[in-house]
Amino acid sequence: MNIVVCIKQVPDTTKVKINPETNTLMREGVESIINPFDMYAIEEGVQLRESNGGTVKVLTMGPPQAETALREAIALGADEVYLVSDRAFAGSDTWVTAYTLAAAIRKMGPVDLIICGKQAIDGDTAQVGPSLAHQLGIPFVAFIRKVRTAGSDEMVVERMFEEGYEVVNLPLPGLMTVVKEINEPRMPSLKGKMKAKKAEITTFARKDLEVKDPHLGLDGSPTRVVKIFSPDLSRSGVKWQEEPAEMAKKLVEGLKEQKIL
Amino acid sequence: MSVVVIKEECNGCEDCLASCPYDAIEMVDGVAWINEKCTLCLACIEACPVGAIIQEESKIELPDLDKDAYSGIWIFAEQRNGKVSTVAVELLGAGRKLAETTGEMLTAVLLGHDMEEAARELVHYGADEVLYVDDPLLAGFNDGPYASVLSDLIEERKPSIVLAGATFMGRSFIPMVASRVRTGLTADCTALDIDPDTGDLMQTRPAFGGNIMATIICPQHRPQMATVRHKVMHPATKDPHHKGEVHIIRGVDESRVDNRTKVLEVVEEIIDTVNLAEADIIVSGGRGLGGPDGFKIIRELALVLDGAVGSSRSAVDSGWIPYSHQVGQTGKTVQPKLYIACGISGAVQHLAGMQAADVIVAINKDADAPIFDVATYGLVGDVFQIIPEIIRSVNASRGQ
Repeated sequence: MNIVVCIKQVPDTTKVKINPETNTLMREGVESIINPFDMYAIEEGVQLRESNGGTVKVLTMGPPQAETALREAIALGADEVYLVSDRAFAGSDTWVTAYTLAAAIRKMGPVDLIICGKQAIDGDTAQVGPSLAHQLGIPFVAFIRKVRTAGSDEMVVERMFEEGYEVVNLPLPGLMTVVKEINEPRMPSLKGKMKAKKAEITTFARKDLEVKDPHLGLDGSPTRVVKIFSPDLSRSGVKWQEEPAEMAKKLVEGLKEQKIL
Repeated sequence: MSVVVIKEECNGCEDCLASCPYDAIEMVDGVAWINEKCTLCLACIEACPVGAIIQEESKIELPDLDKDAYSGIWIFAEQRNGKVSTVAVELLGAGRKLAETTGEMLTAVLLGHDMEEAARELVHYGADEVLYVDDPLLAGFNDGPYASVLSDLIEERKPSIVLAGATFMGRSFIPMVASRVRTGLTADCTALDIDPDTGDLMQTRPAFGGNIMATIICPQHRPQMATVRHKVMHPATKDPHHKGEVHIIRGVDESRVDNRTKVLEVVEEIIDTVNLAEADIIVSGGRGLGGPDGFKIIRELALVLDGAVGSSRSAVDSGWIPYSHQVGQTGKTVQPKLYIACGISGAVQHLAGMQAADVIVAINKDADAPIFDVATYGLVGDVFQIIPEIIRSVNASRGQ
């Protein structure tokens, strides 16, 4: 099975804080990591290779430093890694990212399955996976929590929805986006880490891909950010530090007054 | 177009470096300089105390878009098992506000089978027009047919705005539609407004895990598409006298429909206690509970109040309670009348999921926990002492 896993290097947003004085982002000590959902995508690719044979190629689009994410992917079991990087790609929104990734995938040989994480924790849109499937003209399924069977022509998977899951058949070549329920990512092995140090990274720059100018980078992106601001969630309320029984009584009285109870 | 530092204005304070999540700013000769790692998130523009960082306009000539050729505000009325989801009513509420500002028509789009009555009911929730496409192929959701049909409708009728719920369904197939129609899509919006100068849709959404809010526009492409979070917008009120036209389009052109994936089975899982997303009262537990056993007391209180059980991400990641209970940026967004946060510190990512609750009660040992900034009632103390007292008081007030 020829598997391609698309990953993204992102700042660890769970560690990003807001500077209380200026109300702006503070990146002190915030490291760049592989997007958490993509770790599950890599693990799923590796598990499918273990059961079906084949290769796992990991692809990312980003600045040159994204190379560290690719080396980590090797340590986690990827066979080959690819970096799509060029100043021309900077500022891409999800449509353009999918367009550019598709151009790279077309240069990577035959593909049976593309696996993406559900969403990136910086943009949070969950859009690149489905857009990429459209660009490549292949069927896709999103929010996959389990692979039931995987053959050469099709897979049967469980996709999540609010009240449960649906069992869906995905013909191959196809694309799936995965959620955290799907597996437990393994730790990188010592052997993997050694391999990662020496691994060769294939880079695709603009000149290596068949892409058209108006569709690249920020200029090709239909959406753009015009403003960012800190959410003001504060509300005025009461704060008590008394005997539990006292506070409980006051609370219940207050809630009854407000007709909540 | 890019983000640049105006060298003459830069005072070398390095506040921008500290704010950049992508490590894209360096000091060169005492002045800030933005390198190729920049993703145009605009965090630095916000952080600069002297306004020395700006967003440069694009020098590329884009073909002029005839915005007047696009008209109408569409909402996608999601349905499962023949029942229209409540998110559609919220979209109609949000859509109506936009329609009043722009003067456009509000249309609801429904895809399904044997749902004529549901289609007519959408008029009562404010739709001026309903486009109902009826075909057995559309009875159950699947990405291929839904994306094909909606894309075709959009290309044919050219709405200026298309809104859908940021549900599993919406976040799955709407990106495919935006891709096909070659337009911009903003996911998970919590606010929608119209720019008075340009008439463009201003789409506000949380970013960086909910740490910051971003306002996004789609100035040169149409329609402007957005998925909207469930339980954020106020639902439209029912008006049986509201008039609107229902257009029933029978049958889809199968040759145009992508039908490659097939749904083999639908499995509904019963989650214990009340459905979290719809609950009026939620009792939620976090790291302060100390372990899975801590949730016993949470469940007791939820039972007494006839509410649902929620959780912070921390407790879920520690394996104390299943993900289906998680409230927050990467869990569910809830809008209950009462949210009781027990042993939850109040990280921004959690607040993103529950700050719209009418009344928030916070119970935490740490008097400085950020949750107290958003609480209507803050109770500082031991959760395991306080909750039993609350249960006692509630029972007493009911005369038990």
